[in-house]
Amino acid sequence: MERLWTIMRKEAYHIWRDPRTLGLILLLPGLLLILLGFGISGESQDLSMVVADLSHTDASRRYLEAYVASDDFEVVAVADSEAEILAHIDGGHAQVGLLIPEDFGRSLETGATAEVQLYVNGSADPTNVQTIQLKLSAIGQMASQNILVRRVTRAGAAMGLSLPIETFVKTLYNPNGDRKLYIIPGLIPVILELQGLLLSALAIVKEREQGTMEQLIVTTIKPWELMLGKIIPYLAVSTFTLLSMLALSQLLFGITIAGSFWDLFGLSLIFIIGSLGMGVLISNLAQSQMQAMYLAMFIVLIPSIILSGMIYPRDGMPLASLIYSELLPVTHYLTILRAIFLRGATAEALWPSIWPLIGLSIVYFVASVFVFRKRI
Amino acid sequence: MSTVNAIEIHDLVQSFGGFTAVNHVSFDVPRGEIFGLLGPNGAGKTTTIRILCGILLPTSGRASVLGYDVARQPEEIKKRIGYMSQKFSLYGDLTPTENLDFYASIYAVPRAGRARRVAELIEMAGLGEHRRVLTRELSGAWRQRLALACAIVHRPPMLFLDEATAGVDPVSRREFWDLIYTMAGEGTSVLATTHYMDEAEYCNRIGMMHAGELIALASPDELRAQLPGTLIQIDCDRPTAAYQALESMSGILELAVHGARLHVSLADGRDAEAVRDGLVEAGLTVRGLGVIQPSLEDIFLYMVQQRQSAPTHGLGE
Repeated sequence: MERLWTIMRKEAYHIWRDPRTLGLILLLPGLLLILLGFGISGESQDLSMVVADLSHTDASRRYLEAYVASDDFEVVAVADSEAEILAHIDGGHAQVGLLIPEDFGRSLETGATAEVQLYVNGSADPTNVQTIQLKLSAIGQMASQNILVRRVTRAGAAMGLSLPIETFVKTLYNPNGDRKLYIIPGLIPVILELQGLLLSALAIVKEREQGTMEQLIVTTIKPWELMLGKIIPYLAVSTFTLLSMLALSQLLFGITIAGSFWDLFGLSLIFIIGSLGMGVLISNLAQSQMQAMYLAMFIVLIPSIILSGMIYPRDGMPLASLIYSELLPVTHYLTILRAIFLRGATAEALWPSIWPLIGLSIVYFVASVFVFRKRI
Repeated sequence: MSTVNAIEIHDLVQSFGGFTAVNHVSFDVPRGEIFGLLGPNGAGKTTTIRILCGILLPTSGRASVLGYDVARQPEEIKKRIGYMSQKFSLYGDLTPTENLDFYASIYAVPRAGRARRVAELIEMAGLGEHRRVLTRELSGAWRQRLALACAIVHRPPMLFLDEATAGVDPVSRREFWDLIYTMAGEGTSVLATTHYMDEAEYCNRIGMMHAGELIALASPDELRAQLPGTLIQIDCDRPTAAYQALESMSGILELAVHGARLHVSLADGRDAEAVRDGLVEAGLTVRGLGVIQPSLEDIFLYMVQQRQSAPTHGLGE
């Protein structure tokens, strides 16, 4: 037991006597949160649009008005032909193009179907393209419904005709659709994981590189004393990171924790322990700090960002990716953190995510202690 | 459990994939002896030490340290040995005192006498005025002595030194060996590896290793006696021409260039003066010629050559 304390104290010296590294460890997570928090939250509200109205009629102008009035589109250029529209999209000046043909007004007058042509840049982010298409068709539909209503009214039908169904959507928990509320609690797990993995993996591999690990394994030290003694000081460092990121979310981004702080804090500690354990496991596979970095990046960090649900939804993921994501503690922690942050969910309600988080963290941590061998 | 031998190795083999680092090696080291493992890099010395320290599982064969089997009781061995490697594995961001305290705690040196033991080792290593400086600021020789102090903080009866003097100046090396002598005098058994041939002179007995095999095992004097003939050193004006002239003479066993001088091993009965005459006849100026003590390097080269001309398997005791 005394040995555990000795290892912890020694590790604390390593951390404390390297102020530059300590500064990086303590400050970078906060800076990253600020950078990404502002960077990702910026919504792409106004889509640049190029229009060509070849019809030049009242009807066509009213139709165009529907797009301009929607807030989602901003007309950045007016063109005279399809070729010109394509040139604008090619050149990156506009993301969307709208062509109203010459016969648009005439077709409406005669009661024939009028056609308009929309152009969307499909090389953009697919999620974005999908959103654009949805918006375009929604506005298009609305505009044509209005035309239809006018036409029916003009044909002498009952006055004050209106559409039979109107839908209202009420968004729960994040009524303004503020992306910050979604992104910030998503960033915290990934930053904590990144830090925990690298700190513990590098701390052990560094001893291997400088030869002190060889010196330690010829002593009577027990593997659990060594591993625990190295991990506990970093648990303190990661806890500081957690608290500083929670403070930043509140003070800078104005995100308050809807649920219980202590639920969130306790579950976060479990997640940190699991991440540190994964770092130790990685260090057992790596002979150099370089290898440790690569293993951490490619086995855990990149899958964590892509598969955990931080950016892309996990619905409809192929089975293999889904299983892999289930094995990452960050997937479960992310669900928990968002739920407590945004919905104010209680621990009981989150049990389906809590038990895998605890289970995985224990498995990785215990494995990290037992996999370590006092051999070369 | 008590045996007269500190180390017993029998038919030890260590292979890594297709490469055999230690090839059927057997030898014993009696308690209280300073035993030297000598050989170039890659000869298998470090691998042998790692097996003996219980951190590398041998492929086959048996080895025991202080009566404990390296494969089955490594932790018993670790309690009783000190290990110092060529890297002087200390923590650079800790002071000498902190390094010593650290290892004293890891080796569970009783708390009661710990402060005194640490002070004593600081004194022994002559680190008194440097005890509060960070270890990375110390020169190689200071770090070497600190590493030794850390390795013996728990007063181990067996000490392993793996290239412990690498990169340290000759005066410091001498002082280091004085410390080792003192400890051996107090009953500590020592196994040291080195590729400095002159250092092996400090050892009671020497095992020479080459390409994983033990090619000689004896005291330095016995090894010298194994070298046939007489060794003479020749100092002359054109060593290369002299080399060619000597090659054509009869009764020359070995010929080696040592800097500007030549070492010549003469067959028994061959007169050194006759060699001088031969060289003068060949038109060379001989500035000096005399019988010298063969160095361990001469012996090592001789042993390797013998080995290559008549390969045999492992040398046991």
